[in-house]
Amino acid sequence: MDTVYDVLIVGGGPAGLTAGLYAGRAMLQAAIVEARGPGGQVVLTHEIENYPGFSEPISGALLAANMVDQANRFGVDMYYSPVESLNLQGKIKEVVTEQGKFRAKTVIIATGVNPKMLGVPGEKEFIGRGVSYCATCDGAFFRDRDVAVVGGGDTAVKEALFLTRFARRVWLIHRRDSLRAEQIQQKRLLENTKITPLWNKVVAEIRGDTRVTGLRLQDVQSGEESHLAVQGVFVFVGRQPGGPLAGSGIALDEEGYIITDEDMSTNIPGVYAVGDVRRKRWRQIVTAVNDGCIAALSAAEYIEENFGKDEDDD
Amino acid sequence: MIKNVTQADFEQEVLQAEGPVLVDFWAAWCGPCRMVAPVLEEVDQELGDSLKIAKVNVDEEGELAQKYGIMSIPTLMLFKGGRVVETTVGFQPKKELIARIQPHL
Repeated sequence: MDTVYDVLIVGGGPAGLTAGLYAGRAMLQAAIVEARGPGGQVVLTHEIENYPGFSEPISGALLAANMVDQANRFGVDMYYSPVESLNLQGKIKEVVTEQGKFRAKTVIIATGVNPKMLGVPGEKEFIGRGVSYCATCDGAFFRDRDVAVVGGGDTAVKEALFLTRFARRVWLIHRRDSLRAEQIQQKRLLENTKITPLWNKVVAEIRGDTRVTGLRLQDVQSGEESHLAVQGVFVFVGRQPGGPLAGSGIALDEEGYIITDEDMSTNIPGVYAVGDVRRKRWRQIVTAVNDGCIAALSAAEYIEENFGKDEDDD
Repeated sequence: MIKNVTQADFEQEVLQAEGPVLVDFWAAWCGPCRMVAPVLEEVDQELGDSLKIAKVNVDEEGELAQKYGIMSIPTLMLFKGGRVVETTVGFQPKKELIARIQPHL
């Protein structure tokens, strides 16, 4: 590809799309390279209630689609291809994808996070046969069945509530004796008669024949084991940073998240990180779009300082 | 060619088809299914007539979804000679999907 983009954004979730929107409005030539489809984790969320400006809940898929349209309106190019490697040290940076090599003056990393697996026997074997990581996708297949949700954070609690629309009974399995989720969601969960929390328990094994039939649970305090008969298990036990960051020279924290300053700059000049992949305290759609805006404006300033204004005239 | 298939024409379009048929079990409310759609279009362009692609909406075709034990979408099943020869669950990048299909063409 001959084009040298002003801003190349890796990842098309809310953070990346917002960076694209602001870059486009700054009259910069911007592109987003997304490994799958646009929208990131938002697409997996049934309803979003905490994104300001929408007084009624909005579906995650619709919010994501709107963000894509908005970025497109300001001329952002979209490419769908997994990124293989990042060469970021030069003045012109390279992003190598399956489709070919992209070059750019600045790169904004917005690769988000991927769900963690439980890592117990039976998990991989039963993916698509009772093990799921997406309640909005698969909840409807468990009408009048008993299911388990594993985890105690925002996602686990929200998805347990969503699953009560279909399932007869929802067990919430959590390794601690209290939840980390938003208070309003915790209250809804504890008041829901279809949901039974099982505290201080971990899943030791997912059992089944042709599909899931149950779980072997272990009590973290007593070590005692028990069997729970369920036909489905939905796993929401946290996330880990996504994207091919290792070897890129970008400074990461001990968990693999990208370290930035307040301008979203990484340790490499002209390289920024935004959204969930960045080391930060709160990972929300609102904080992701905040990052995207700041990074695009920082990149615009960097380009002006390091490449001058008239270089874009072809 | 990508075609919507129902219970009524599944036998003819998929099971009785001469060549391999990739069946995409999907639904409108499934985010990752939307992500799969453009990938299938690219696969369709790349593989041309050697592969037929059929879409089954699990909301409307519950019986088909049940018959093939669908519990997670998107599920892609490759049929050949009326038999399932390959199954993938969840989003698949184009390269990996083609690698799974190629041996059966």
